Amino acid sequence: MSESMTDPVTVEPAGGLPDVVLAAQGVSKQYPVPNGVRAVLDGVDFEVVRGQIATIVGPSGAGKTTLLRCMAGLVAPSAGRVVLDGTPVTGPPDGLAVVFQDYSRSLMPWMSVRHNVELPLRGRRVGKRERHERSLAALADVGLSGNGDLYPWQLSGGMQQRVAIARALAYRPEALLMDEPFASVDAQTRADLEDLLLRLRIRRNITIVLVTHDIDEAVYLGDVVVVLGGSPTRVEARLQVCLGPDRDQILTKAEPEFLKIRSHVLAKIRGHRGSAE
Amino acid sequence: MARVAAAYPRLTRRRLAGFALELWLPVLLFAGWWFASSGSTSLYFVGLDAILGALRDDWLGQAGAANVLPSLRNLAEGFLLAALLGVVLGALLGLVRPLGDAVSPIVEFLRSVPGVALLPIGLLIFGIGTEMKVSLIVYGSVWPILLNTIDGVRSVDATKLDVLRSYRVPAHLRILGVVLPSAAPRIMVGLRTSLSIAITVIVFSEMIGSTEGIGYAILQAQRNFEIPQMWAGMLALGVIGYLLNIGFRGVEQLVLRRHRAMNTTPGS
Repeated sequence: MSESMTDPVTVEPAGGLPDVVLAAQGVSKQYPVPNGVRAVLDGVDFEVVRGQIATIVGPSGAGKTTLLRCMAGLVAPSAGRVVLDGTPVTGPPDGLAVVFQDYSRSLMPWMSVRHNVELPLRGRRVGKRERHERSLAALADVGLSGNGDLYPWQLSGGMQQRVAIARALAYRPEALLMDEPFASVDAQTRADLEDLLLRLRIRRNITIVLVTHDIDEAVYLGDVVVVLGGSPTRVEARLQVCLGPDRDQILTKAEPEFLKIRSHVLAKIRGHRGSAE
Repeated sequence: MARVAAAYPRLTRRRLAGFALELWLPVLLFAGWWFASSGSTSLYFVGLDAILGALRDDWLGQAGAANVLPSLRNLAEGFLLAALLGVVLGALLGLVRPLGDAVSPIVEFLRSVPGVALLPIGLLIFGIGTEMKVSLIVYGSVWPILLNTIDGVRSVDATKLDVLRSYRVPAHLRILGVVLPSAAPRIMVGLRTSLSIAITVIVFSEMIGSTEGIGYAILQAQRNFEIPQMWAGMLALGVIGYLLNIGFRGVEQLVLRRHRAMNTTPGS
């Protein structure tokens, strides 16, 4: 492939612009192993602009989840830092909500759907009435109105993940972090949830960082695609996706812009895995 | 949905069949006992008719209540105290790992001393009153609750802990809202084991150091050579233990109804 002809627009670091919500600055992570250390992340840099969806895509085992956990403040980076609204992240910050891949474990089976959504609010001195209003609104946003009194195990997998998304929305975070949120549901449900996320972004103007190993998903959802690769993992490319906020599973995926970025991401990821695949 | 509805009558029928399956052997044994012992002249193995007569006179109504109620009161007090102590201490030792590791050898030593072995010292300190019996029950039955709570609290799902941390859920809400409910199945296992220990301890302590209760009444009947009354007491004890277990199973099913439903209804 001749990259010079198909090269998509590369995102220049926005540098100090006021609408950067979340930024990874030289984030590195090493884990001790029996004979030394294993470097997972090596100087990862990228920025997330308010109201945009940034997708992080890379091969399995590239440390995508580790990167997300660093951004969420759940683990501390070995070097570099994560900055949320100008403040360095040193632990789980107030303004971030996380949606985990394993919805069946992230929800509390002994709590009704509504109580699951309200759990984070109960610890934040949000009054009972407002809690209730927020959970109703969030459940409506994810298309689960009228299911508040059910229990998670009475819902399908896709609906359970919607509850987890509603829980994050009701929390009203500055940014929403999602770790392979649709990897454990069937293809149709996955497409539905992807479209739900795009609608939510338009309606609520939320900022989202979404980790995925699926290149199509990364390009379909992202305003910016951050491609990870190499060992230890570095940022291979930061690509701007100029597809607008309104996207369609069939039409968008046939657009030249989509195909161009898709093949570019694929080449970047394959380039580092050699010709073995 | 239709399949579930159709399965219901079959389910009830199966439950009835299960009940009958459970019942036929005890009924048969009882009948066998009745016929084998009828007209018995043995001093120790008296006729079942005599035993049932004694059961009616001594263990039902006013006389029965006078024997049974003190035991049940002490049992309830001791068991509930052990449950409270076991869950609170267990949660503390389970969550504060260094503390749990530090006291673990002491816990292992203390729980190896059977509760009934402390009866002599209990008699010295408290005499033969209620305090002695209640504290012996607490000592004897707290360990399974404590150890199961520690294990249960420590094995909470890592994803759930991540959720709690990332949403900055405060400690009291973490423990009461998530950690203890998620440890509930293990805690119930501990409580069930403790209940049978508590019954053993109460009967034994009443036999050695008491002037009331089921254990006292059984031993007293034996000492007075009222053999049918002695047999009746043991029979009554068996029935009480059986009923307590059934009651406990009911409570357990109520407490764990969501946990069970989660296991039987996989979201798909």
